[in-house]
Amino acid sequence: MIKTNNLSFNYDNKVFFNFKNINLKNGEDLLIIGNSGIGKTTLLHLLAGLLKTDSGSINIYGQELKNFSNYQLDQFRRENIGIVFQRPHFINSLTVKENLQLAQYIGKKNNNDRIENILNNLNILDKSDKKTNQLSQGEKQRVSIAMAIVNSPKLILADEPTSSLDDFNCTNVINLLKKQAYDYGAQLIVITHDSRLKEHFKKQLQL
Amino acid sequence: MNIFKLSIKNILSKPLSSFISLALLTLGIGIISLLLQLNSLIKNQMDNNLRGIDMVVGAKGSPLQLILSSVYHVDSPTGNISLKEAEKISNNRMVGSSIKLLYGDNHKGYRIVGTEKKFIDLYKGVFKEGEEWEKPFEVIVGSKVHKNLNIKIGDKLVSSHGLRETGESHEDQSFEVVGLLEPSNSVIDQLIITSPESVWDIHDTHNHNDTNDNFENKNKHDHEHEEYDDKEITAMLIKFSSPMNIIQFPRQINETTNLQAAVPSYEISRLFKLFGFGIDTISYLAYLIIIVSGFSLFINLFNAMNERKYEMALIRTIGATRFQLSSMIILESLILTLLGFGLGLLFSRFGVMFVSSLMEESINYNLSSIKILSEEFWLLVFSVILGVLSSLIPAIQVYKMNISKILADA
Repeated sequence: MIKTNNLSFNYDNKVFFNFKNINLKNGEDLLIIGNSGIGKTTLLHLLAGLLKTDSGSINIYGQELKNFSNYQLDQFRRENIGIVFQRPHFINSLTVKENLQLAQYIGKKNNNDRIENILNNLNILDKSDKKTNQLSQGEKQRVSIAMAIVNSPKLILADEPTSSLDDFNCTNVINLLKKQAYDYGAQLIVITHDSRLKEHFKKQLQL
Repeated sequence: MNIFKLSIKNILSKPLSSFISLALLTLGIGIISLLLQLNSLIKNQMDNNLRGIDMVVGAKGSPLQLILSSVYHVDSPTGNISLKEAEKISNNRMVGSSIKLLYGDNHKGYRIVGTEKKFIDLYKGVFKEGEEWEKPFEVIVGSKVHKNLNIKIGDKLVSSHGLRETGESHEDQSFEVVGLLEPSNSVIDQLIITSPESVWDIHDTHNHNDTNDNFENKNKHDHEHEEYDDKEITAMLIKFSSPMNIIQFPRQINETTNLQAAVPSYEISRLFKLFGFGIDTISYLAYLIIIVSGFSLFINLFNAMNERKYEMALIRTIGATRFQLSSMIILESLILTLLGFGLGLLFSRFGVMFVSSLMEESINYNLSSIKILSEEFWLLVFSVILGVLSSLIPAIQVYKMNISKILADA
């Protein structure tokens, strides 16, 4: 269960955002769609516990994020959330596999079989010993998805995963995301301005 | 994979800047440690050879030269003094014991010293083989000399005039080896020791053409005084009957006789003061290098932090705490400083070995034992503090980092 109620946020009392309520049952995916500058990334950061809300509440799997300390937010994120960024980020000094091992270390997990399984599922197992800056754009996107799911999160948050892609790759990536989320039993929330994605989601929220 | 491995990977991913910080640190720590080591080794060696010598009497000249030549056997003697005058001093009630020294010759660069048997006891010399001399022209050979020249009991050594190898050799007279000494880590290791009579004899052969066998009886000879008068020695080592005499007696000798008296402990501390100025200057320079290396560490970490802010943000979004990230930065710095410390110590050890081999070649001095000094422990503490300090600002910056803002700007 993911529930928000009268969520709002402001940057330095200059930019104010008010967000529509989200009400999502377990197992349901959601597409949040809206134009640029409307606070989509802010909403994603609030849901991920990267930002603290000013007013309103966020309840994710029965936990009220508003009351959490910074440390508890880190812990919450570690246990529940995987994030796919618009532009993939990695530790450049590490290989693909080492990046995933580091993610597991931070998530207090250690399971090389799972890493291989995920890389295989994403068709990039042969890249596991490559440095991340040697990968193509498409491969980076896949590794980024692998990073998001390696610690078995309950919720995957994707921030504009398709905005810079052509139609063909757009369909590819969104199908891949949905499949990975389904395969590893995670719920998916995609935040985008890309209206091409509308056809892929039953449940949608227009900001 | 863990934070430690990640720190190592991060250091390796920037080989050039890591290398520069490391090289500066190694150089700074190495120089300081080398100075500490040399200072302590030389001091040790100097003190070790001082043994209970309170005063040295020799010919007028530089007091330091007198000490260096007759206690450390490295410089040329100031000249000779008459045996008669020396005897007068050794009979003084303020003198506890005295040992006469005579120089004049060398064997392949190693000094031959004519002296009394108690000279060997002074340096706690232990016989490895053979025994003390019975007759003139019998010699006891120090451990380094017999080891380096492969000398055995019964060998005949030809001496050359002077203290350097190049002197004219006394082909007609040779010394017979009767004793070999164990290493004592003091000056006798590099000396060839014989009776005073041997040295007198070799330089005054015209005085007594008779065979050496007569020599033992010489002191009982009737015209003892005539012999006595023209005999000379190079220096005399003196131990006082009471430590109180150390102020008065040397001055008295210097003022009332044409001999020179020098106090080794005083001359050596004077020498160290001269040294000390240079040592201080170099160590200030070395500390400066270390501080520069601290700045270089700081700049590297600070730049890396800006370059890696997305990486940091990523690590935070996966669920790492602020503390974990900050400790990663400090760890990177500490790994480099500890590595620099280790390499610096290694550098200083090689330095000591190098200097030691140089000294051994030029003045037959050997600085062998190398241990960890307590000052080096403080150097370690200093390196750790430097490592923490230079990473503190980057670590605090990372701690306060606004990940949401960084990710939104991307």
